[in-house]
Amino acid sequence: MSQKPTVDLGGDFYATAFQAAGDRQDRVILNMGPQHPSTHGVLRIIIEMEGEYILRAEPVLGYLHRMHEKMGEVKTYHQYLPNMGRVDYLHALAWNWGYVGAVERLAGIEVPRRAEFIRVITCELNRINSHLLWWGAYLLDLGGFTPIVYAFDDREQIMDLLQMPTGSRLTYCYYRFGGVRQDITDKFVEDTREFCKRFKPRLSLYKDLVTDNFILRKRCEQIGDLPLETARRYGATGPVIRGSGLAYDVRRAEPYSVYPELEFEVPVYDARDAMARYLVRMDEMRESLRIIEQALDMLPEGDFLAPKAPKRIKAPKGDSYFAVEGARGKIGVYVASDGSNVPYRVKLRSPSFSNLSLFDELARGTLLADAVSILGSLDLVIPEIDR
Amino acid sequence: MNLGPITIPWELIRIVVALVAILLFIVVNAGLVLVYLERKIAGFIQRRPGPYEVGPHGSLQLIVDGVKLLGKELHTPACGDKLLFWAAPILAFTPIPLLFLPMPFARNLVGLDSELGMVLILAFAGLNVLALCLAGWGSFNKWSLLGAIRSVSQAVAYEIPLLLTVLSVVLMAGTLKLSTIVEGQGTWPWQWYWLRQPLGFCVFFVCMLAETNRAPFDLPEAESELAAGFHTEYSGLGFGIFFLSEYAAMIVGSSVCVTLFLGGWQGPFLPGFIWFVAKVYALLLTMMWIRWTFPRVRFDQLLTISWRWLIPLSLLNLVATAFFMKL
Repeated sequence: MSQKPTVDLGGDFYATAFQAAGDRQDRVILNMGPQHPSTHGVLRIIIEMEGEYILRAEPVLGYLHRMHEKMGEVKTYHQYLPNMGRVDYLHALAWNWGYVGAVERLAGIEVPRRAEFIRVITCELNRINSHLLWWGAYLLDLGGFTPIVYAFDDREQIMDLLQMPTGSRLTYCYYRFGGVRQDITDKFVEDTREFCKRFKPRLSLYKDLVTDNFILRKRCEQIGDLPLETARRYGATGPVIRGSGLAYDVRRAEPYSVYPELEFEVPVYDARDAMARYLVRMDEMRESLRIIEQALDMLPEGDFLAPKAPKRIKAPKGDSYFAVEGARGKIGVYVASDGSNVPYRVKLRSPSFSNLSLFDELARGTLLADAVSILGSLDLVIPEIDR
Repeated sequence: MNLGPITIPWELIRIVVALVAILLFIVVNAGLVLVYLERKIAGFIQRRPGPYEVGPHGSLQLIVDGVKLLGKELHTPACGDKLLFWAAPILAFTPIPLLFLPMPFARNLVGLDSELGMVLILAFAGLNVLALCLAGWGSFNKWSLLGAIRSVSQAVAYEIPLLLTVLSVVLMAGTLKLSTIVEGQGTWPWQWYWLRQPLGFCVFFVCMLAETNRAPFDLPEAESELAAGFHTEYSGLGFGIFFLSEYAAMIVGSSVCVTLFLGGWQGPFLPGFIWFVAKVYALLLTMMWIRWTFPRVRFDQLLTISWRWLIPLSLLNLVATAFFMKL
C-alpha cells in the first residue's frame, strides 16, 4: 500500500463553523458553489445532507462584494450613477431609477412628463429582459436546455431596442437627475411596438411548450412551500411574495412616476410553491407589455431632461428614500446628505438578499434537485446580494 | 517431429475480425457521426446552426475536439483511489465492443451467432454500472459519489422492466438467439414485433433512455444539480472515454431495440445492413429529440416511474404474452 498524500480538508471558517453545529458520521456536508452550475454566479451554499435530503443549508456571501455602498459615500452624486447599472445587471434601469429617484426627492428636482414615460417604457422593457433570462436559466436548472436559447432570441431584440437610447446593452446608465440622458427616437417607438406585437405570440408559445409541460409541472408544483407569514418575516418582495398570495407591488403600493395613470394588473397566485412564482413572472411579462403599449400611446411631447436640472448637485441637508419595483422585488435606495456634493450615506435595499435568506427555511427536508428548483424560483442575482 | 495437422481456429479468427470491425463501427458512429449529429440536431432544435466553423458545416469540429481532449492533462485527484479512478473509464468502454458481438447487422453478418446472444448483451451491459460506481468512488468527490449512488439505484430500478420486456419478446420468438428473433419478424413493418408488443416496445424504449443515462433521465450526471456527476473529476481522455462509451451505449440500446421490436435488418428493397443502420439512427434521432425538448425528472420521480409503472406494466405484458402464446 502506498502512502496516500495528505491534504488538509478542514475547510475554511464557514465550513468549520457549519460542521460544529452538529456533525454526524452518516451525514454529508456538501459545498454547493461558489462554482456550481445552478447557483448562477458566485453564491456558495453549505448543505448538510442525509442521502439526498437536505437537513439544513447556509448561504455564504461576499464572493462578489464590491463596496457599492461605500463607493456612494466617496463619489459625487453624478459619479455614482454608473455603479447603479452594476448592482443588478439584469434589471439595471430599476436601480438607476431607485437612486435617481431618491436624489431627486432629496434635492427637489422636477422630472418632465415625457421623461417619466420614457423611464416607464425602458424600465418595463428591462423587466421583460430580466424575466426572460430568469426563465431560460430556471429551465436550465431543471435540465431543459432549449428554452434559454429561445429566451435569448427575444432578449437580443430587447437589448437592441434599449441600445438605441441608452448606448449600452447590459449595464445601463441612462437615467439622470431630472430626466434621462437622451430622447427616444421615432424608430425606437416604432420598433418597440413591433417587438410587442412579435413577443405576445411568443409568450403563448412558451406557455404551450414549457409551462404546460408535464415534467416541469411535476418539478415545480408543491415544491418550496412558502407560507405568507414566513415570506413577511424575511421581508420577501416581488414575485416571491406574490406567489404566496399577497398582491404587494411597489408600483401599486407606493405609486411613483406615472404608474397610477397606467392600467395593469398585479399577478398573484395563492399556491405558495415554485410554480406560483414561475407563473407570476410569466404573467408579469404580459403585464409589462401592456404597460409599454399604453405608455407608447400616451407618450407626450416635451423635454426629456428638465431644463433646470442642476449640472452639479449639492443636495440640502437631510435624507430621502425611494422605492421602485424591480424584477426581483422592492428596490429601495436611501440617501442621506450632509449638504456637501457627496452623499453622507447610501443604503441599498436589495430584494435578492431578503429572498435568499428564505432559502434555508424552504430547502429543509427537500431533495437536492428540489433545492436547485427552489433556488432558481427565487430568481437570485448574486451581485445584487453582495452589492 | 510431427505436430499433426494444424487446426486453424476459425471461430477465434472470426471473433477477432468481428471485434476489430465493431471497434471501427463504434469509433466512426459513436465518436464522429453521432456526436456531430447530436450537436447539429441540438442546434436545429434551438434555432442556431450548431458547429459551423471548422470544415464544411463544422464537420471537422469533432476531430479538433478530439485532439484537444488528447492534449489535456490527465489529472488524478490527490486523495482519490488512483487504481479505481483509472479503471473506471476503461471498464466503461471495454464491454461495449462485446455488446455488438452477437448483434445481427445483416443476414449472416454476425460476429458470434450465439444461442445466448441476448443474455450476453444483458450481462455485459450490466458492467457499465460498476464503471460509474468506481468512477464516483475513486474520485474522492462528494458530487461524484452522489452521481454514482444515483446511477446504481437507477440501473437497478430500470434493469428489471428491461429484462421483463426482453423476456416477453423471447417468449414470442422462442429463442435467445438474436438472428432467429430477427428472422421471426417479416419484411414489412406490420410484421415486426413492435405492433404485437406495443406496450413492451414503449417500456423498452423508456428503460433504454434510463439505462443509457439520456435526458430526461440523465440523473447520474445532472449538471445543474451535481456539477458533472460521476465524471466531475475526469479530464482529457478520461472524460473522452466516458463520453465515447456513453454514445456507444446509445447505439447498443437502439440496436437491441431495433433487433427485438423493429425487425432488425429486415426491410423491403434495400440491403439488410442499410435497413439496420437506418432504423438505429431513427431511434437515435428520437432520443436526441427527447433530450433537447424535455426538462429532467427528479430522482424520486424517476424511481417511481420504474417501480410503480414500468415494472407492473412489463410484468403484465409478460403474463399476457405467455397467456396468448399458450392459447
